[in-house]
Amino acid sequence: MSPPLEHDYIGLSEISSMESSDKFSSSDSSSAAVAEDAKDHRPPALNLKETELRLGLPGSESPDRKEKVGLTLGLLPKSFVSGAKRGFSDAIDGPAGKWGFSGGAGSDGELGKGGVLFSPRGEGGAGGQHSGQGSAGKDAAAKATGQEKKAPAPTPAPASASASGGSDRGIAPAAKAQVVGWPPIRSYRKNTMATNPLKNKEDAEGKQGFGCLYVKVSMDGAPYLRKVDLKTYNNYKELSSALEKMFSCFTIGQCGSHGIPGRDGLSESRLMDLLNGSEYVLTYEDKDGDWMLVGDVPWEMFTDSCRRLRIMKGSDAIGLAPRAMEKCKNRN
Amino acid sequence: MAIKKQKELDIEEKSPENRILSFPDEVLERVLVFVKTHKDRSAVSLVCRDWYNAERWSRTHVFIGNCYSVSPEMVARRFPNIRSVTLKGKPRFSDFNLVPPNWGSDIHPWLVVFASAYPFLEELRLKRMTVTDESLDFLARSFPEFKALSLVSCDGFSTDGLASITTYCRNLTELDIQESGIEDLGGSWLNFPESFTSLEALNFANLHSEVNFDALERLVARCKSLKVLKVNKHVMLEQLRRLLVRAPQLTELGTGPFSQDHKLRSHIDLESAFSNCKNLNTLSGLWEVSSMYLPALFPACTNLTFLNLSYTALQSAELAKLLQKCPLLRRLWVLDTVEDKGLEAVASSCHLLQELRVFPADPFEQEVIMEGGGNGVTESGFVAVSEGCPNLHYVLYFCHQMTNAAVATVVRNCPNFTHFRLCIMDMRRPDYLTNEPMDEAFGAVVKTCSKLRRLAVSGLLTDRAFEYIGTYAKNLETLSVAFAGSSDRGMQCVLEGCPKLRKLEIRDCPFGNAALLSGLERYESMRSLWMSACNLTMNGCQLLARKMPRLNVEVIKEDESDDMHAEKVYVYRSVAGPRRDAPPFVLTL
Repeated sequence: MSPPLEHDYIGLSEISSMESSDKFSSSDSSSAAVAEDAKDHRPPALNLKETELRLGLPGSESPDRKEKVGLTLGLLPKSFVSGAKRGFSDAIDGPAGKWGFSGGAGSDGELGKGGVLFSPRGEGGAGGQHSGQGSAGKDAAAKATGQEKKAPAPTPAPASASASGGSDRGIAPAAKAQVVGWPPIRSYRKNTMATNPLKNKEDAEGKQGFGCLYVKVSMDGAPYLRKVDLKTYNNYKELSSALEKMFSCFTIGQCGSHGIPGRDGLSESRLMDLLNGSEYVLTYEDKDGDWMLVGDVPWEMFTDSCRRLRIMKGSDAIGLAPRAMEKCKNRN
Repeated sequence: MAIKKQKELDIEEKSPENRILSFPDEVLERVLVFVKTHKDRSAVSLVCRDWYNAERWSRTHVFIGNCYSVSPEMVARRFPNIRSVTLKGKPRFSDFNLVPPNWGSDIHPWLVVFASAYPFLEELRLKRMTVTDESLDFLARSFPEFKALSLVSCDGFSTDGLASITTYCRNLTELDIQESGIEDLGGSWLNFPESFTSLEALNFANLHSEVNFDALERLVARCKSLKVLKVNKHVMLEQLRRLLVRAPQLTELGTGPFSQDHKLRSHIDLESAFSNCKNLNTLSGLWEVSSMYLPALFPACTNLTFLNLSYTALQSAELAKLLQKCPLLRRLWVLDTVEDKGLEAVASSCHLLQELRVFPADPFEQEVIMEGGGNGVTESGFVAVSEGCPNLHYVLYFCHQMTNAAVATVVRNCPNFTHFRLCIMDMRRPDYLTNEPMDEAFGAVVKTCSKLRRLAVSGLLTDRAFEYIGTYAKNLETLSVAFAGSSDRGMQCVLEGCPKLRKLEIRDCPFGNAALLSGLERYESMRSLWMSACNLTMNGCQLLARKMPRLNVEVIKEDESDDMHAEKVYVYRSVAGPRRDAPPFVLTL
């Protein structure tokens, strides 16, 4: 089975071209392998790869994603730009000031404003906001605006969160800006770590015997991930409300408009209706690396096979549902 | 060893009053054979002309820490009898993609000179050099006595180049390509002739494609002196078992995946294969460990001194079980999946531990907030290890949070650190409890650890940290700095205060021309200086170049936009003059 393309919440693949050929003993160029892999994964109608949020640099080649693993949160005084694996030369496009993000540091609430920030394609306006960016790909600049408010300031990192004496791990001080060569991990190690060890970790965490079942939860547009222990929930309803609480700060303005009164008695199908109605849907990556809609399968089956969760834009998830059903049928 | 005598004596050297030693040069050369380290040899060569000559005739191994500091012709002229060469190329920050491709450090010009000057060359050990297949082929055909090839973090070659080595090097004892960026064109490179039996060390752990296992098995079976075998991820457990059965004499083993293999009939077979390996002192590989198979290893662990689990996503419980079987462990590399609990297990089981490296499993992950679960290691794991392992002298620790107090405690428990590399992965992160800069942490390190030779700093640091370093770190040789400091003063303190400094690498710090120029007197006694994304300008670099003609001041210029700013600067001493192979983006001032 093709290796899952590890996407973090903004859809960057950590697999390098070297590593992707690991699972294919053929001598195909790795780029072909990765491309084929992506195609096997997704139904033609839904090219998640293209619609996923990612940060690229102005002028960087958006489609060629396997080469670019960096994000740019360009608020730093130096030209802190991309974590592109190759050529620093690709990365630099002048000092960070060029990024010209609208609005300075803001509150979390700002993220929720203007869902346009996160629409991946077709809107084009996102690109237009950053005319100074040059030929930013349609994916590129928009995502950055959502991030910039969290980028570390030039002065010492925002301290409020960590000043509480450590008892409350609380909210992270700032989203990390990915910078070339930081943290200082050798390329070889980076490439090797991209698949196996991560999978190991997830598998290990998924082991029943361990008494906890931690999975990462990412949300499109949120600056950081959360981790939840699936064992602490008994059904989809509990999971959903927990996630709702966790990520509520990012969904102001989204769910509100649909008004979610009477969350009690939320059945599995109701969850789906709800999520379908709102801006976001809850999806998960299963053991095979496929992304499925949450709620299709019985809870136990779900916790058995879920490796990570992702709250994605409803528009992105359109193709998922039928496939999930099919897969379920095939399984049963 | 043929010692040629070249009589270029001055008359005055013959007269007894002027000779430092009154026995013949032949004797001196015989004695000098026992002087091994290159530092000692350099010292010997400075005593007087006789000693210089005796030393250069008797030297068989040359170490060149910066391939551009000297030319191959100069090396060949001075040392006529070299059998073994160690060469290092690119600046260390190239490991982190800070150096553009095609920067240089090509081995080929060296090989061409060596082919005529040292036809009996036996060993070549390269680090961060560019090596092409043509070069490997040239090497294999030009040196009939060639024995050992080690390529660490090199690039530019493919498995075709390896095939040349295995085909033509009849006397090969060592082939090690660890962590090199190799283009993998398939596994047929392992084609040693059937008559070939001299192999002692083989490391192909980083190759991605499958090698011909039958060929490997036959090779292992007939090479009775094989001591080091590190295979890649395609060698499954049953295959590993077969190899172990043929080579119980191994001292260093790198396994493939340690997980489900349908071909393995039973755990007992595997365990018995391991129990026959009584001489194992080093174990690595262990990709994808399944706890079901881990116990098969236990019989072989009793004599382990080095355990490299840095590619193994082990949990704390599994690590604890494994470590209980390794009482003699001196060096341990792990992933931070073991978390603080795993480090506590280290503290309770590994009292002889001298070196610990904790690598991050998810270095590029956006910050993850845990609901009660762990994520990586913290300061408490660090403190725990220091309490249980008083002999610790080498640490490399990647974490997301640290406190000044914890570091102070660690060095109080382990004052013998020679290498202290702490990487708080979040840039400019202060002490997460007090919110202060991490200055006091590194202050404690340099005040307490007088033997400190290598230091890497991180977290939020002001000039104060560097004042401490300059004041106390009198044995410091290598310093790595990133996203730290407040002004030129920081760098100045280090340059003025650390007399033994040899390598200084700095990125993204507010150090400018004044800081750069304050080290004018220092750079000739250092191997190199790297500064990237600091506040240097072309003018400042040009001034340095003008004042210090025996330094190569190179600026890497990748974009045309800002002509004044010197984005990446590499300064190093050289007797070979400016590089002749510099690519267009490297400007030598």
